[in-house]
Amino acid sequence: MVNSSPGAEVELDTNVPGVSTVSPVRRWVGWLAFRLATGLVVLWVVTALVFFATQALPADPAQAILGTQATPERLDALRDELGLHRPVLSQYWDWLSGLVQGDLGTSLFRDEPITDIVGPRLVNSLILVFLSAGLAVPLSLLLGVYTARHRGGRLDRVTFGIGMVLNALPEFVLGMLLVILFATTVFNWLPAVSLFPTTESPLSHPKELVLPVVTLVLVPVAYLYRLVRASMIDVLESDFVQMAYLKGIPPSTVLRRHALPNALVPMIQATALVTSFLLGGTVIIEFLFRYPGLGSTLSDAVGNRDLPVIQGVVLVYAAGIVTFNVLADIATQLASPRLRTGGP
Amino acid sequence: MVRAVSRRTEFRIGLVLAALVVGLAMVGPLFAPYTVTEFVAIPYSDSSSVSLLGTDGLGRDVLSRVLFGGRNLVWMSFLSATLGVAVGASFGLVAGYVGGRIDATIMRSLDVLLAFPSVVLILLVVSMLGTSVWLVISVVALAFTPSVARVIRGITKEISAKEYVEAAELLGYRRSSILFDEILPNITTPLLVEDSLRIRWAITLLAVASFLGLGIQAPNADWGLMINENRAGLATQPWAVGAPAMCIAAFAIGTSLMSEGLSLTLAGIEKSTVSA
Repeated sequence: MVNSSPGAEVELDTNVPGVSTVSPVRRWVGWLAFRLATGLVVLWVVTALVFFATQALPADPAQAILGTQATPERLDALRDELGLHRPVLSQYWDWLSGLVQGDLGTSLFRDEPITDIVGPRLVNSLILVFLSAGLAVPLSLLLGVYTARHRGGRLDRVTFGIGMVLNALPEFVLGMLLVILFATTVFNWLPAVSLFPTTESPLSHPKELVLPVVTLVLVPVAYLYRLVRASMIDVLESDFVQMAYLKGIPPSTVLRRHALPNALVPMIQATALVTSFLLGGTVIIEFLFRYPGLGSTLSDAVGNRDLPVIQGVVLVYAAGIVTFNVLADIATQLASPRLRTGGP
Repeated sequence: MVRAVSRRTEFRIGLVLAALVVGLAMVGPLFAPYTVTEFVAIPYSDSSSVSLLGTDGLGRDVLSRVLFGGRNLVWMSFLSATLGVAVGASFGLVAGYVGGRIDATIMRSLDVLLAFPSVVLILLVVSMLGTSVWLVISVVALAFTPSVARVIRGITKEISAKEYVEAAELLGYRRSSILFDEILPNITTPLLVEDSLRIRWAITLLAVASFLGLGIQAPNADWGLMINENRAGLATQPWAVGAPAMCIAAFAIGTSLMSEGLSLTLAGIEKSTVSA
């Protein structure tokens, strides 16, 4: 895999990490810089897409916002407010330079700076995402490792079946079924909606958090645990693990020292995937439970035709996903010794 | 292949479930006791001899609305998945076979789409262009394009390296005819698997879209929409939400089991599953 030619150029191709052999550290820094740069480029393209899709695509955004009943004066006033009289490119430039300075513009519907609206709700959504990921990842690790070791056992078969069903269910259907089960007819234990003021932290409303988080945990666990299980089985059947067993190392040590670290890499990538998946999932779950987060802000903004808010929130989502993906790639590099050191 | 698939338990169960739901959605309207907008009894009334599953928030018959409410989900999910696979596969085929700069350009551009969660993409487009059935179908297909392209590109790359493709190249066949006559016939099975997988995701996305009020519009009956409409009466009339929820669940689980069976058969003797 490695061909040594001293002084070779840094190979800046993310698809084949570990091909060239400059000093590992330098190559790693080069890779990192490249990866961060691609992330930024993607984000820039996303800003352009979002802007032109929202501001330039429909013939007249003012008409789209106010509807067909609007008077010409109101339309003109709104066009002025949106800066629609100016050329599209200069509108984009203003918007983009505002973005870079952390200014997302002003909401049309609530007449507040969008950052003030988005900020606390983003925190609420992230709490939901991290709580769910924090529960889903260890849970799938435990389940995956256990079922891989006891393959074909009763627990393995039961989990497999349940996992298949959970994995197939749309989140909102699962959430709805949980609400029917735990919040209304059968057991009336938990609140069916997570209504609380945006000024308060969701963490001070643990009861309201239970159902959204459980819904968000169940779906990715069903997928993630199977991934862990499959990669654990691969590792457990590999020669070096068999060798470790033959040397008489106790099974629990083999599992901890030899098998687990090797099953970690697919796990990290999957975790990033799941985190972006959870970020998308919050849109539906927040709408379902009326949880005051970014997703409910987006669906409200769509309902109110609040163009600047839609632009801002969509951008925050895209930024979140790009960030998670970059972090996942970095973590993958760090976790796999071969990629980190450039050794064979 | 067909025989091997039909021997798999999960495929069989999935087929039965999915066929039941499709049958219900297609033939159901013939058996509906009322129309979807008819006032039958007081809102959120319990099941009675007048209406088997009770009424919804506007006093309409839940059973009739469930029987009518699946048609759109069924045909839209098949269509959007197939459209997404067709577009994604075309990109993947070209990228994988031609390679080089075209490959990189296609794949990088498609990657930008991955920066949006699918639901956010639907919300964004629909909020700009309005709710239309065809628009929702196209956006769902668009959301599938990058991942389908990636899968098909990988397979195409593998096949392009095979001797018979090289032979065709040496014989001077045109690139387009190599793509259609040599490579395409060899990826029909992965395409089928991909399509079955995407149908399953399309069901989720389309149900979500109509749950969010972006798909089929009231007063039409649609399972996802029904769940949203009748959430308020959940405590008094769980059927108005539960019945459509179970229909969506059965459809999603059925198609999911089918695609599972298909891909496991394709993978051959699998090591990562409990033997079926």
